[in-house]
Amino acid sequence: MATHHEHDYTTTGEIPKPQTKAIWRTFLILVGLTAVEFIFAFTMEASTLRNAIFIILTIFKAFYIVGEFMHLKHETKALVWSIILPMALVAWLMVALIAEGSYYFESVTNYFK
Amino acid sequence: MSTTTTLEAPNTGTWDGGNEPMKASYGKLMMWFFLLSDAFTFGAFLIVYGLARHKHMPYTGKADDFTFSTEWWPIPEKVYNAFPGLHGMDLPLAFVALMTMILILSSVTMVLAVEAGNRMDKNDVQKWLLWTILFGATFLGCQAWEWTHFITGTEEGMLLADGTRIFGANLTMNQYGPPLFADLFFFITGFHGTHVLSGVVLLIMIFINTVNGVYHKRGHYEMVEKVGLYWHFVDLVWVFVFTFFYLI
Repeated sequence: MATHHEHDYTTTGEIPKPQTKAIWRTFLILVGLTAVEFIFAFTMEASTLRNAIFIILTIFKAFYIVGEFMHLKHETKALVWSIILPMALVAWLMVALIAEGSYYFESVTNYFK
Repeated sequence: MSTTTTLEAPNTGTWDGGNEPMKASYGKLMMWFFLLSDAFTFGAFLIVYGLARHKHMPYTGKADDFTFSTEWWPIPEKVYNAFPGLHGMDLPLAFVALMTMILILSSVTMVLAVEAGNRMDKNDVQKWLLWTILFGATFLGCQAWEWTHFITGTEEGMLLADGTRIFGANLTMNQYGPPLFADLFFFITGFHGTHVLSGVVLLIMIFINTVNGVYHKRGHYEMVEKVGLYWHFVDLVWVFVFTFFYLI
């Protein structure tokens, strides 16, 4: 197989300066979001609202990890959709089966008393 | 017979393999679709967790009066409140917070290794890969401690109706709540831990290759990028496990 084209700096030996600003910014955002999750975990009583806040913060974290660290934000639209769409369907299945679990619980507690 | 072999010219037609609609190399695309299929597996685990949790009774009393019972699903803060070296102290979620930080940090060092690879900076790739291996191994150590504590149990254990006490958890009995809770803990965190372990093995392999100059001779560090995708995925899964298992 044909070898890939050589970069210029492999032959010249010069290495460009690292560009890490965006990486550390993403890191700070992830740490910040995790810290916010902990604040909610300790100051708020457990409720559906608190769970919703946790899930929304988690989706934000997932967005930064997949978009920036895994570079999906900068890929072509076709690739982005082929990853996001199946995952959206899995999320739907998750919501559906949680509802199913609640129904099962209701049935067992109400009909077998 | 001819002694020289000539390669066939690659096809260039649109439907002949001549175009790249996703503008990514074969290896990277396959890693993406492998990760998608892996996400289905973890999705299935979390779906089962949601189902199992909702078909059990939630704890309805005051959080301060909480006791372990097979009647209701436990509050995670009351289960995961131990920290190595601080015996008997109630530190809810402190250790899991540390584990989360370690994994996020390892993700950052991984992305720094990929960045260094794009610049063909061999020394930087080595340095950041080593940090990633270190954080990954530390995470595995933390998980080993967490499992040991979960299996051994607390000093009080759980008082059963017949007056006996059970300590810790295995696949059939569980001092923290319904046995399913322990089963799902073992399967979900265990499956994630196996992924971290495979990730560390892959990282060690590409570290050795980097040191030997394999990628430098090849002219690109794409392998580091592909392993990086896998490693970030492991971090991503932990973000979800953390929310659904430890917070909610």
